[in-house]
Amino acid sequence: MRKSLSTRGFLPGFGMTMGYTIIYLSLLVLIPLSVLFLKASTMSWEQFIGTIMDTRVLASIRVSIMTSFFAACLNAVFGVLVAWVLVRYQFAGKRIIDGIVDLPFALPTAVGGIALTSIYAENGWIGQYLAEWGIKVAYTPIGIWVALTFIGLPFVVRTVQPVLQDWDLQMEEAAATLGATRWNTFWRVVLPHLLPAIITGFALAFARALGEYGSVVFISGNMPLKTEIVPLLIMTKLEQFDYAGATAIATVMLVISFVMLLIINYLQWKINKFDAAR
Amino acid sequence: MKHLTEPAYIRWTLIIVALLFLGLFLILPLVAVFTEAFRQGAGVFVASITDEETLSAVKLTLLVAAISVPVNVTFGIAAAWAIAKFSFRGKNVLLTLIDLPFAVSPVIAGLIFVLLFGSQGVAAPLLAAWDFKIIFAVPGIVLATTFVTFPFVARELIPVMEAQGRDEEEAAVSLGASGWKTFLRVTLPNVKWGLLYGVILCNARAMGEFGAVSVVSGHIRGMTNTLPLHVEILYNEYQFAAAFAVATLLAALALVTLILKSLIEWKTERQAKLDEEQHYDVTGERAG
Repeated sequence: MRKSLSTRGFLPGFGMTMGYTIIYLSLLVLIPLSVLFLKASTMSWEQFIGTIMDTRVLASIRVSIMTSFFAACLNAVFGVLVAWVLVRYQFAGKRIIDGIVDLPFALPTAVGGIALTSIYAENGWIGQYLAEWGIKVAYTPIGIWVALTFIGLPFVVRTVQPVLQDWDLQMEEAAATLGATRWNTFWRVVLPHLLPAIITGFALAFARALGEYGSVVFISGNMPLKTEIVPLLIMTKLEQFDYAGATAIATVMLVISFVMLLIINYLQWKINKFDAAR
Repeated sequence: MKHLTEPAYIRWTLIIVALLFLGLFLILPLVAVFTEAFRQGAGVFVASITDEETLSAVKLTLLVAAISVPVNVTFGIAAAWAIAKFSFRGKNVLLTLIDLPFAVSPVIAGLIFVLLFGSQGVAAPLLAAWDFKIIFAVPGIVLATTFVTFPFVARELIPVMEAQGRDEEEAAVSLGASGWKTFLRVTLPNVKWGLLYGVILCNARAMGEFGAVSVVSGHIRGMTNTLPLHVEILYNEYQFAAAFAVATLLAALALVTLILKSLIEWKTERQAKLDEEQHYDVTGERAG
């Protein structure tokens, strides 16, 4: 880290750029978001709790959290594997594979959604074979899980990859010299070092999955109590002009998202501090 | 270094499992989009893409991106300058606040603008008095899109500008350059790839946003229908070939985005290597 004697420096433009940043941030993000809380606060406590404790709402929260959690888990495991393969091994077409990992960030979610639905529907490329085994993917929670895995895929790869790249091979050498097997070295030396990055990636994927709408609506079938996710329920309430209901559910979700954001920022701050200390 | 790698059979197993996973979740859907689009022949494909409603959706999508992206670029540059070139209290709070739109579900992003500007919204009387429509109209789509793409440019620029430090700018200013000139001549050339990177990501999301736009648009054909919404409408009408045909336009956009992104990454990597070599060379003027 570079330390400067003057705390602020003497470059011009701080007032202008900072002022603009604050004003724009307030107008576009902070004030609109606070309207949500304002609207929620006009509801009575009983009304608010009554909306949230509805079986359909609770079911959608359960579906959202379960599917997002399992999608993030799958991404954590395969994210580490993909990052490892991309950093450590050489094979043809590696650059292209590396580039395509970001596809879920670049492909509009609606396109991803209809593509996955066509693959996993009962007459789809994969769906027809799974159907023979009696496994239904599209229009079940498994379908939601597939879609959420798709949109969360890049997160763990992209948080773990740079850590692996900067990783000092001497640590592994030391472990090998001391007689550790390759698996032991990975499990005891490499993995603990990667853990903060894995957790950050997991949390990012989980947070993204919780709010995801576009890729899920097509594949989920949207059956209340079974395959209805929270963002979809908010949408349904809005279409029925039930603004109070939509606001109450959105408030709960937003609070969960904010907590997730704080955890992620804390983890990233921890990783940076760890890196700086080395 | 034999002890630092795995036996070949383990290496290849890991590579194959990783490629299978990526093939299943990324490449297969991409292939599916193009295959489904041509399922009823090239005639249907061309007809769906040149359809009047599709063209008006293309126009609206381009218009929305043409407004949202520059607005967020301006913000991103201002925020990066303030955050990366100066020290102040509460910097981490400000960074977290800039990240907020990433933590908000797109549907909620749409909802807050409905609560503000909808027919029962906070600003409804004002809008009625001026006879100005935001929700179920183009301004609402622009607002929602700008909200969800808000952090992209700032997030890419801040770390790049921070890594650059402020020595070069301070030198320029102490030699008498104005702040504006310093930015254009010193800062901008140093961060141009980071900026472009942010613009590309911001643009891809702006053109592809679905959830937030879906809430505020009202799906009025030929009027407030963006490309992703048009895909949804066609799909829900069981016009699958047409829906996938329109989706290929967006998939092509995604592929172009990924290619540009890889090129920029490759370019900055090379630049970083060159800089490192030059570091030991001379401390004079840098070539290029």
